[in-house]
Amino acid sequence: MKKRFTFSLTLLLALMAVSTFNALADTHSLVVYSARNEHLIKPLFDLYSQKTGVSIRYITDKSPALIQRLKAEGPNTPADILLTVDAGNLWRAAREGLLQPVSSPALEKNIPSHLRDPQGRWFGFSVRARTIAYNTQLVDPSELTTYEDLADPKWKGRLCLRTSKKVYNQSLVAMLMAQNGEKATEEMVRGWVANLATDVFSNDTKLLEAIAAGQCQVGIVNTYYYGRLMKEKPDLPLALFWPDQDGNGVHVNVSGGGLVRHAKNEEEAVRFLEWLSTSEAQRIFADLNMEYPADPSVSPHPTVASWGSFKASSFNLSQAGELQAAAIMLMDRAGYR
Amino acid sequence: MKAVTCTIPSVRRFFLPGSGRQWAIWALAVLITLPLWAIVRTALGDSRNVWDHLVRHLMWGLLSNTFWLVLGVGVFTLLLGSSLAWLVAFRDFPGRRIFSWALALPLAMPGYVLAFVMVGLFDFTGPVQTYLRKLMGGDLPWFPSVRSRGGVIFTMTLALYPYVYLMLREAFQSLSGRTQEAAQSLGHSPVSAFLRVVLPMARPWIGASLFLVVMECLADFGTVAVFNYDTFTTAIYKAWYGLFSIEAAAQLALTLLSFVFLCAFLEHRERRRRRYHQSTRSSRAIPPPLGPRTKWLATGYAFLVLFLSVLLPMGQLLAWTLPQLSQIPSRDLLLVGRTFFLGTLAALVVVGVSLMMSFWQRRSPGTATDLGVRIATLGYAFPGSVLAVGVYLPFALLDNLLADLKISSFGDGTFQLKGTLLVMLFGYLVRFLAVGHGAVASGMERCSPQLENAAQSLGESGWGVLRRIHLPLLTPSLLAAGALTMVEVMKEMPLTLMTRPFGWDTLAVRIFELTSEGLWEQAALPALILVLVGSIPMMLASRGVRV
Repeated sequence: MKKRFTFSLTLLLALMAVSTFNALADTHSLVVYSARNEHLIKPLFDLYSQKTGVSIRYITDKSPALIQRLKAEGPNTPADILLTVDAGNLWRAAREGLLQPVSSPALEKNIPSHLRDPQGRWFGFSVRARTIAYNTQLVDPSELTTYEDLADPKWKGRLCLRTSKKVYNQSLVAMLMAQNGEKATEEMVRGWVANLATDVFSNDTKLLEAIAAGQCQVGIVNTYYYGRLMKEKPDLPLALFWPDQDGNGVHVNVSGGGLVRHAKNEEEAVRFLEWLSTSEAQRIFADLNMEYPADPSVSPHPTVASWGSFKASSFNLSQAGELQAAAIMLMDRAGYR
Repeated sequence: MKAVTCTIPSVRRFFLPGSGRQWAIWALAVLITLPLWAIVRTALGDSRNVWDHLVRHLMWGLLSNTFWLVLGVGVFTLLLGSSLAWLVAFRDFPGRRIFSWALALPLAMPGYVLAFVMVGLFDFTGPVQTYLRKLMGGDLPWFPSVRSRGGVIFTMTLALYPYVYLMLREAFQSLSGRTQEAAQSLGHSPVSAFLRVVLPMARPWIGASLFLVVMECLADFGTVAVFNYDTFTTAIYKAWYGLFSIEAAAQLALTLLSFVFLCAFLEHRERRRRRYHQSTRSSRAIPPPLGPRTKWLATGYAFLVLFLSVLLPMGQLLAWTLPQLSQIPSRDLLLVGRTFFLGTLAALVVVGVSLMMSFWQRRSPGTATDLGVRIATLGYAFPGSVLAVGVYLPFALLDNLLADLKISSFGDGTFQLKGTLLVMLFGYLVRFLAVGHGAVASGMERCSPQLENAAQSLGESGWGVLRRIHLPLLTPSLLAAGALTMVEVMKEMPLTLMTRPFGWDTLAVRIFELTSEGLWEQAALPALILVLVGSIPMMLASRGVRV
């Protein structure tokens, strides 16, 4: 039994040593901390490595955890790039001083200014539109107008919402706060809550299924959830509506990234960020998840394009981060769980 | 058995005479509580506006939700766990041998997976209600909502009852039918003998297992999030993820912890007043059979629990998996080996340390020792992500210190602790020491000190007592502790995400990746594999205990 113990101890030490050296191996590779999940980002890493010979290593986790990790590691972080799936966390990382400004003509040309940090600390690479979905058998689309209109009593018992704990809803309400002011927005959220057909959902897919099943008739969702569900069950009586086309437009968020302040391979990392904004990478970035490319000159996937084009809000997303806490508190006050 | 034998030399190394032992246990407690201190340090910051907001608008709802969750899950796990354990230990019924280990299987099912399956099956859009609507041609206002307090309690009870079941089964088997027989011969009815004699004697096991259940309820985020049921822990994540205040999150987590500490103290005081050892090992005869009709009732009951907690969810996972079987990512299969490896390694470490601590407690009893143990096992009560930050912080700080001092630089890089398995294993130890220690310590209480005294008077050393008296008596407890820890580690998500070296993804990481994008159906395959892999240690541990 002693032998066995010694064996397992040796194995343990060997493995720890290996994984340590692994972390040290060639410093000319890039290290990415990504909140965008492996299956949505790895194809891009692979393609880039293939094209340039630069190897990319990555860790995936939730954005807040990655931010704490960067903070704890300080100047000794192995990370070069931080990727997230919402602007709020990028804003937060920038405010904590974890990202550094990048001035790159390519990035500034390809990515519209409202989808990036004014100081160049982060850039959006794909757009996630949060719009209205409705049951085609129960709702006449002419009834639909804006997000605010969903607070109207005519929608009583017909509305489904996802939980206010999801960052997409927090950004949406932050945008509406910036547009309409805090007081009007709080009234509107109260209206939403009063119109709910059932308790709020914990994910968009379940919400869409509830609309299709007639538990409710309208709801607010990210378009790619709609895309995925329709791909699987094309017969569902569901359609998307683009709200506020005569006004501010559809709320969009981004999945994006920035250069880590203490990056070890700054130049290489900036080259990679620039590559992500090229039309080749933009297409893959968006298509992997049926999102919209951040560069408006790159056309979305045909399926995505078939949902119609729309006017997107030009609300600067760094403001969504700034207003996020206030938006959450507002929703709490209004009883939106 | 391996779990036991492998740890012995390390026990010997730490085994110090006299008061040194006390110091050793405190040193270990300090090491294990490093993450706690890191969280305390994080909590030192201003967050008054977050607190103001929470207290004014959310606190009462959160507290009452948390209270009902803990109470409901506590009561129902106790009912379910103790009744099943009693049946398996004291009565023979068809299928008893299979149920004996199968009833522990829900532990291999991550709570968040069970939650998603339950919501998927029983919500308005799920197959059950859809079918019933079609059948009855209309709405079903009488159908209870699954996304409700009752739904959460139901689901978490099914996920957590095995803690109570496993520990009580062991307790009842060691208490033997004799206790029950003795009580009945003194005029108790079988039921009153059970309620008034057997159950009170099983107190340390009930206390230890309920304590685990309560901690799990308090720290859980994944399960309640699926139901959108707001608890105190939900508020911790809201403060951190939404309101961007890790300070407030740390403060809330410490508040939660002080409550857990209070519970621990109460349980401990209760336990101290009693002694539970038996001097003889009971006979292991097959228990008396139930009546011809009642025996099938017993089978039906055990099957119903097993069906709801394991078979039904597995069936749903399988149904989700089948359409995508053609495109099984071979990576999912690769992850199995790594997940198993990490689970085994962590279980060895946790059981080893648990054994040491229990033995220390035995040899130097006293409030100081107990306090040290209590503090060292608090890691289980932290919400996972908060603890993950707490685990990572000290290592990152140490790395920065080493880099500043340039002590350890070699080659072209700097030696770093973070990103090694060491951090990961340390994290698992901190998180799951409560699980391992709970199982080992309640087993240790069963060993009579008379045996130790006898062994010592015969000239056996402290080490010899451990090896020749305790280990053989503790084998079932150690196996159970190892299996529980292993399963927990394999299910664990936030720590694994935070501390894994590059590329060290596990099945749980895979599930996280898919579910965080809302791809629950695609997560069914790794979840199914995780449950199957997790049932291996559960089965092995149960085999170690003769039924």
